[in-house]
Amino acid sequence: MIKKFSIGLLFSLFLTISANADKIRIGTEGAYPPWNSKDASGKLIGFEVELAWALCRYIGQQCEIVEQDWDGMIPALQMRKFDAIMAGMSITDERKKVITFSQGYADEVASLAVMKGSDLEGMDTPEGINLSLGGGSVNKALKTLTGALAGKTVCTQTGTIHQNFLESGDVGKVNVRTYKTQDDVNLDLASGRCDVALAAAVAFTDYAEKSGKPVILVGPTFSGGAFGNGVGVGLRQASQLGGTLGERDAQLLNKFNKAIDQARKDGVISRLAIKHFGFDASM
Amino acid sequence: MELLLFGKTGWGDELLIATLMTLAVSIAAMFIGFIFALIFTPLKLSKNKFLNIIANFYTTVIRGVPELLVIYLFFFGGSSAIMFVASVFGYNDYIEINAFITGAFSIGIISGAYSTEVFRGAIQSIDKGQFEASNVLGFNKVTRFYKIILPQMLRLSIPNLSNVWQITLKDTSLISVTGLVEIMRQSYIAAGSTRDPLLFYTVAAVLYLILTFLSMKIINKMEVKYNKGY
Amino acid sequence: MDIELILNSFPKLLSASVTTLKLLSVSMIIGLFIGLFFAIMRIKNNIFLGKLAYAYSYIFRGTPLLVQIFIIYYGFGQVEYIRESFLWVILKEPYWCAIIAFALNTGAYTSEILRSAFQTIKPGFIEAGKSLGVPNKIIFYKIQIPIAIRQSLPAYGNEIILMLKGTSLASTVTLMDLTGVAKFIISTTFKPIEVFIIAGSIYLFITFIIHNLIKALEKKYSF
Repeated sequence: MIKKFSIGLLFSLFLTISANADKIRIGTEGAYPPWNSKDASGKLIGFEVELAWALCRYIGQQCEIVEQDWDGMIPALQMRKFDAIMAGMSITDERKKVITFSQGYADEVASLAVMKGSDLEGMDTPEGINLSLGGGSVNKALKTLTGALAGKTVCTQTGTIHQNFLESGDVGKVNVRTYKTQDDVNLDLASGRCDVALAAAVAFTDYAEKSGKPVILVGPTFSGGAFGNGVGVGLRQASQLGGTLGERDAQLLNKFNKAIDQARKDGVISRLAIKHFGFDASM
Repeated sequence: MELLLFGKTGWGDELLIATLMTLAVSIAAMFIGFIFALIFTPLKLSKNKFLNIIANFYTTVIRGVPELLVIYLFFFGGSSAIMFVASVFGYNDYIEINAFITGAFSIGIISGAYSTEVFRGAIQSIDKGQFEASNVLGFNKVTRFYKIILPQMLRLSIPNLSNVWQITLKDTSLISVTGLVEIMRQSYIAAGSTRDPLLFYTVAAVLYLILTFLSMKIINKMEVKYNKGY
Repeated sequence: MDIELILNSFPKLLSASVTTLKLLSVSMIIGLFIGLFFAIMRIKNNIFLGKLAYAYSYIFRGTPLLVQIFIIYYGFGQVEYIRESFLWVILKEPYWCAIIAFALNTGAYTSEILRSAFQTIKPGFIEAGKSLGVPNKIIFYKIQIPIAIRQSLPAYGNEIILMLKGTSLASTVTLMDLTGVAKFIISTTFKPIEVFIIAGSIYLFITFIIHNLIKALEKKYSF
């Protein structure tokens, strides 16, 4: 009797195949603080989680935030596991071949990080370089980096702009090691398995602050080029589908763009950015 | 240690729920695997070459390809296949299949391949004379299967099915791509969030050991019970 | 189906399977010795050693390989005194962490396979040796071990295939094995299905070869 009941309960709980067209499902990783992460009660938190709820209020539709591993993020969007990505995903030409993006909502620079005492400390480079601008100082900085990174194990998260940059040849042939999450990159930077790591600068400062580990940023901050044009909402390309589904995807792009406009005007994005990043990363 | 407490700041309650989730998804996967096995075992034993090939393809591919790939293929391929089937029937809207079902199915497919082999072995070890005897007694094929073959097959299968259960239970640690929060995913999240991987992965190992230990106790009891009278 | 992608990624995946085979063979060889060692501990009449060997095999067979590899790689990597000890030379490398996890895992299964093989050897063989005045040591090495190995061939063949599949977890600790490279290609092309189908086919091909090799060995050494 109890057995039958619990089996019945189990199936009614889990075998729900729902088809709610009105609800917008937003995919996030939950492992990239301060952009998105999880707290000890298993709840999704972070800049993008709060921003997602805010944008949904502007759009005026119900939302659901779905957890998805980073390496399956874009395929899962295409397979309709969810309708939008808000996961610290930078707008890049490479990704634009397969998905589309809303306007950017936040932008912040990437940086290399090492543990205190590394011989990479005090690298002589400008404070920041913009790869889109190019020019003498950028080339000189890249040359310095090429020399500094030679023979070093450089760690980064799989499938990110940071990995793309390291493998672009801009800093020579680097020994790149890739991880499933930024949390894992941080762990191996601290353990000493990685000589140096590349990620969003805030990912390292957040880790240093919370763990108390002597992680320090080195070299220039990076923007432009392989680093894309800010972070936006990733959406399906409507052109691939056509029909009602395609139309709905196209509408969603407009809705997000409008909502971001309003949130920016009301100062919501700035406020959330300052709360989570410590500075105004909105765009 | 306070990291393992229950409540808002500790991960104890989350880990407990995750353990129940591992158990639930393993049971569901085992059940789905049985359904697959009940379909494919007759195909394997059939005299029809074509049906043999289908069943052999299933068991060979699933048992020869890493579980991780099967899970990824099902996760990404399965939903497109369902979307496609739905569109054939004129349904063009969103279909949302929750993480539990995706997880249970992807492990169920794997579990089913092993169960098929176990059932096949069990049937083949049933005395041929019983088939003949049931023919003489005039049972038809269906009655013969349900009344004579199936009960014996299940009894003979229990020892080997306990292996399948262990495989299934452990394979659920690989379904993190589906987003289902079972023991492994919860430990992964906790390890990332607290930066204490040694503690949480050790706890995960202990939780799996407890599940294995308890389930083996139950299976052994079942074995004794069903072997009464033999 | 993206034919161009399939053609482009096939050679990359094929060369990655070399890493997979390397991981497999190194961990199988180490695992065989571990397995033999613990199997002997089990059949000797020392209760303490027997229990110890049983605990080892129970723990490694009762927990997922993924947990084991994560404890060794991420878990031990965060412990300061391990990092300062000589162990760190080995544990620093993802490759050796994977090998340790795989070898210990397969060692546990191998010890079970060999133990049951030892126990099924007919006492007559050993008695025959004794009556001919053959020393115990020689009986063990020349009679018991060869028979046990022959007995365990089918089960051991399965274990090799299970371990081949297990090596795919090396990708979770940054190694670029067949699965690692497949994931890497997907991270830039976003086409999981095509890439996983090719990777899966390569695994299947390797399984096929192992299966037939074991079959041939069984035939050669049949009584």
